[in-house]
Amino acid sequence: MLVRNLLFVVVVIAAVGGLRASLFPQNTQTRKIHLDPGTTTDDDFRAVVRKVDESFRNDWEAHGITPAPLAPDLAVARRLSLALTGSVPSLEEIRQFEHYPEGQRLDGWANHLLRDRRYSDYFADRLARAYVGTEDGPLLIYRKRRFNAWLSDQLHHNTPYGEMVRQMIAARGLNTDQPAVNFIAAAYDEGKEKPDPEKLAIRVTRAFLGLRIDCAQCHDFKNPADYEQIIWKQTDFQSLAAFFGQTRHIVTHISDGEGEYAFEDRVNGSTHEIGVGVPFSPELMPEEGTRRERLAAWVTNPQNKAFSRATVNRVWAMMFGRPLLKRIESPTLDERGPAALDILAADFASHNYDLNRLILLIASTEVFRLDSAAPFEITDAHDERWAAFPLSRLRPEQIIGSVIQAASVRTIDKNSQLFVRATRFFNEKDFVTRYGDADDDDFAKAHGTIPQRLLMMNGDLVDGKARSELLNASAQIAMFAPDDQAAVETAYLCVFTRKPTLKESEHFVAKLAGTKGDERRNHLADMYWVLFNSTEMSFNH
Amino acid sequence: MHPLTCNYHLPRRNFLAAAGLGWLGTALARSAETEKTPAKSVIILWMGGGPSQLETFDPKPGTNIAGGSLARDTSVKGVQLAAGFAQLADQMEHVALVRSLTSFEGDHERGTYTLKTGNRPDPTVNFPSLGAIACHDLPAGNTEIPRHVSILPGQWPARGGVLGAEYDAFKMYDPADKVPDVTPNVSAERFAERIKDLDVVEDAFARGRGSRLGNTGHKDTMERARRMMSSEQLKAFDVSKESAALRKEYGDTPFGRGCLAARRLLEVGVRCVEVTLDGWDTHAKNHELCAKNVAILDPAFAALIRDLKKHDTLKDTIVLCIGEFGRTPIVNPVGGRDHWPHNFTAAIAGGGIRGGMVVGESDPEGGKKPKDPVPVQDLHATVLKALGINWERTLRGPIGRTIRLSSGNPVGALLG
Repeated sequence: MLVRNLLFVVVVIAAVGGLRASLFPQNTQTRKIHLDPGTTTDDDFRAVVRKVDESFRNDWEAHGITPAPLAPDLAVARRLSLALTGSVPSLEEIRQFEHYPEGQRLDGWANHLLRDRRYSDYFADRLARAYVGTEDGPLLIYRKRRFNAWLSDQLHHNTPYGEMVRQMIAARGLNTDQPAVNFIAAAYDEGKEKPDPEKLAIRVTRAFLGLRIDCAQCHDFKNPADYEQIIWKQTDFQSLAAFFGQTRHIVTHISDGEGEYAFEDRVNGSTHEIGVGVPFSPELMPEEGTRRERLAAWVTNPQNKAFSRATVNRVWAMMFGRPLLKRIESPTLDERGPAALDILAADFASHNYDLNRLILLIASTEVFRLDSAAPFEITDAHDERWAAFPLSRLRPEQIIGSVIQAASVRTIDKNSQLFVRATRFFNEKDFVTRYGDADDDDFAKAHGTIPQRLLMMNGDLVDGKARSELLNASAQIAMFAPDDQAAVETAYLCVFTRKPTLKESEHFVAKLAGTKGDERRNHLADMYWVLFNSTEMSFNH
Repeated sequence: MHPLTCNYHLPRRNFLAAAGLGWLGTALARSAETEKTPAKSVIILWMGGGPSQLETFDPKPGTNIAGGSLARDTSVKGVQLAAGFAQLADQMEHVALVRSLTSFEGDHERGTYTLKTGNRPDPTVNFPSLGAIACHDLPAGNTEIPRHVSILPGQWPARGGVLGAEYDAFKMYDPADKVPDVTPNVSAERFAERIKDLDVVEDAFARGRGSRLGNTGHKDTMERARRMMSSEQLKAFDVSKESAALRKEYGDTPFGRGCLAARRLLEVGVRCVEVTLDGWDTHAKNHELCAKNVAILDPAFAALIRDLKKHDTLKDTIVLCIGEFGRTPIVNPVGGRDHWPHNFTAAIAGGGIRGGMVVGESDPEGGKKPKDPVPVQDLHATVLKALGINWERTLRGPIGRTIRLSSGNPVGALLG
C-alpha cells in the first residue's frame, strides 16, 4: 500500500512537472516536432506555385485591386491545422513552431501535419461525408468505421487519389475485408435488396466529377434560363446508372452479376432497359473489364479533366472554407473559375493524383497566405478575386475540436491518453449533433443559429472546458504562468493561435492583477469563455 | 429574414391607422370578414414510429383486419374512434379525420421527411418543413424566442431546408426540466462582465476587417441569443405556471406537458410547435403498445382542444396529429403490424378546419387503395391555405431549380 501511495505521489509530481515543462519551457526534448520543407523547395514545385501566384496577380492588376498583405505565420499555421486536422494547433506545437526561423517554417508546418495521423483521420472523415453522407447506413451491410479507417490509411500512405477512387467504384469482396466496397454498400436499397444504381450514379458524379446531374434522373435536365436547351438527357443519367446495374450485394459481399439494367420512367410509368454509357468523353472509356471497372477507369483517366478539376476544387474548399469555383458541385462542366483551377488540375493529373503534393501546393500559394484583414476596406471584389483570405464559418467538428484542443496545453492525438481521446470522441459527437450539421456547400455561407450561440455560451460542453477544472488549460495557466502577462498570452495562444494586442493584454492583465487562488482561476476561466464565444474563434480567417 | 427580429411587419390596420387612413382599414377589415381570418399557428402532434390507423383514428371493429380491436362512438354521429379515446371522442365535433392519406415511403427516415415536408426525399433539394414555412411566410411580431419549436424531438426533428438552418426547430425536452442552454453557468454579474470583455476581443478582430465582420452575422446572432436568454417569453416553456388541475387534464407525462407548453408558446407568438410521442413502431404486440400510447395521447389531445377553445384560440390554431406512415392491416405472427404507407390517417382540428368531417375511406378488406385518396402534399397544401399562405408560391432552390411551397392541392371539404 505504501509503495502504491509513494508511486502515486511520484506520478503526480512527474505529471505536474511535465505540464509545467510543456507550458513554459523552451527546450523540452520530448515530443519534438520537425518542420522540414521537403519537396516544397524543388524547382518544379516552385514553378507551379509561381504560375498560380502570377495568375492571381495578373487578375488583380487587370481589375485594379490591391491584395491584402501577407498574414502572420501563426495565422497561416492555424488555417492549416484547422483544414488538415480539424482543430487549432496545440500550445505545445506553437511553442516549437515559434522556434523555427520565419520563411520556411510554414512549408515545414504543412509537411508536419500531413505526416500526422490527425490529418489522415480528419481528412478521411471529411471526404467520407462528401462521398456517402453522414448517415450510419444499414447495419452490417455498410461498415462506416471500416470505410473511414481505410480512407485514412490511404491518405496516410499518400495512395494516388485516382487509385483510391478506382477502388471505391470498382472493388469487389467483403465489406470488412475490402473496405473500399463500402462506397457501394452505403447505397444499399432495402426495397431493391441491392445497391441502388441511381443513387450511385448521383454519388459518383457529385463526389468525383463535381457534377450535379440528378435532375436528369427523372426527365431531361433543361437549362432553367432557356427551356429549349437540354443540358443532360435522362438517358445520360440512366446509362451512367447502368454501370451499377449488375452490382450485387449478398449479406456483406459486393460482386458483379449479369443482366441488363432497366429504369423506371416516373413520368409515364413504364420501365426501359438501357445499356452503359458515359455522359461525355466516351473515347476515354476502355472496352475491357467489368462495368464498374470501365467506369472507374473513365472517371480517373488523366485526360478526364472533370475529375482533377473537381478534386482541386474540393480540396481548395476544405482549405479555404470556400471552393475555387462558385460551388463544389455544378450542373455543367463549363463553369468558369480562376486560372489556378486548371493549373493545379493539370499538375494533379500529371503527378499521378498526388494528394499531398496538391495540398502542399495550395498551402504554398500567395492567396493562401494573404491576411483576412487589410489597412484598407476589403470589398466584395477582393472577396470574389481571392485578394484577401475569406472569412468562413468553421464546421461544428472544427469548433468542438478546437475547444477541446485549446482546453489542453498538450497535443491531443493518437499518443494522448485513452481517457483524453475518448472524452474528445464523445464530446465531439454530442456537440456536432446539437450544433447542427450541413453540407459543405451551404455551411460556410450560412449564418449561425441561435441554438448554436446558446450552446457555446451556456452549454456544458463548452463552459465545462472554460470552467476551472484541474485538467483544463485555464487552470494550468492560472497555476503555472510566471506572471499575469504570460498567463494572458498563453490563453490567447491556446485559443486564437496568436498573441494578444497591447490593448487586449492590458485589459486582461489588469483583471488578473493581484488575484490568486480561486479568484484567479475564475478570471482565467472567464477569459477562456470570452475567447471561445468570439467571432475570431468561430471563423476561419 | 430572421425569425426573431423582424419587427417591421406592422399589422395592416395599424399601418393604415398610422397613415391616417383608418377608415380604409375598417373597410378592408369588413370585406375580409366575409372570408375567414386565416389561422396563425400550427401544433403538430408527431406520432413517431408510425401509428396504427386501426388502433387510433380508423378502427374497423368486427372485421378481419381489426384483429380484435374495439371502437367507441363519438360526439359526431357515425364517426368512431379506437376504444381508448374516451376524452377525444367528446371533442370530435372539432376534429376532422383524413382516412385516405397516401404516401410512398415505408422507411422511417424517408417517411418522416415526406410527412414533415410534404415532399419525398430528393437529392437535388432540401424541402422545408411545414413549421419552417409558417415561420418564414408569416410575420415575426415581437417574438424573442425561436418561433419554430420541437418538444421531445425524435431522431429527425423538423428542419428549415432551403430556407436555412435558422428555420430549424429549436429542440427542447420535457417541459418539467429547464430549457436547455438558456441559463448562464455563472452569476449574472460575472456573465455581464464576460460580455463586456467580449467587446474588447471583438474590437481587436474587427480591425482591418470592417464590413466583412458584419457580414458574418456573428454578433447579431449572439445578441439575439442573449435577448432570448433574458426574455420574459421564456416563461412560456414553464408549464408549472399553470394550475395543477389543468396540468392533470393534459396528463402527467412528458407528452402531456409538451402539449400544454405548446399552447403557452403560441401565446407569445411561436408559429409552430412539434410535440413528439414516440413508441408507435409496433412490429410486435401492436394492440398492447397502441393502447399504452393512446392512454397518453387521448387526454393530451382532448385537453389541448378544450384548452384552446377556452382561450378562444382554437380558431387560430391548427392541430395536426400525424406520424410517418400507417401500419399493415394484417396482424403478423408476433401480434405486430408492419410499415404501411399506402393508406393511413391524419387527425386535424382547429384553424378553420371543418370539425367532425371524415375525408376518404380505407378498404375494410385491407387493400392498398382507399376511396378519395389524399396524397401527403394535399394535406400540406390544406394546412398552408388555412394559414393564409399561398401554397403555390415558389422558392428558388439550389442550381436554379424552383420549388413550390406545396406541390399539392388543398382538400376543399376540410376547409369548409
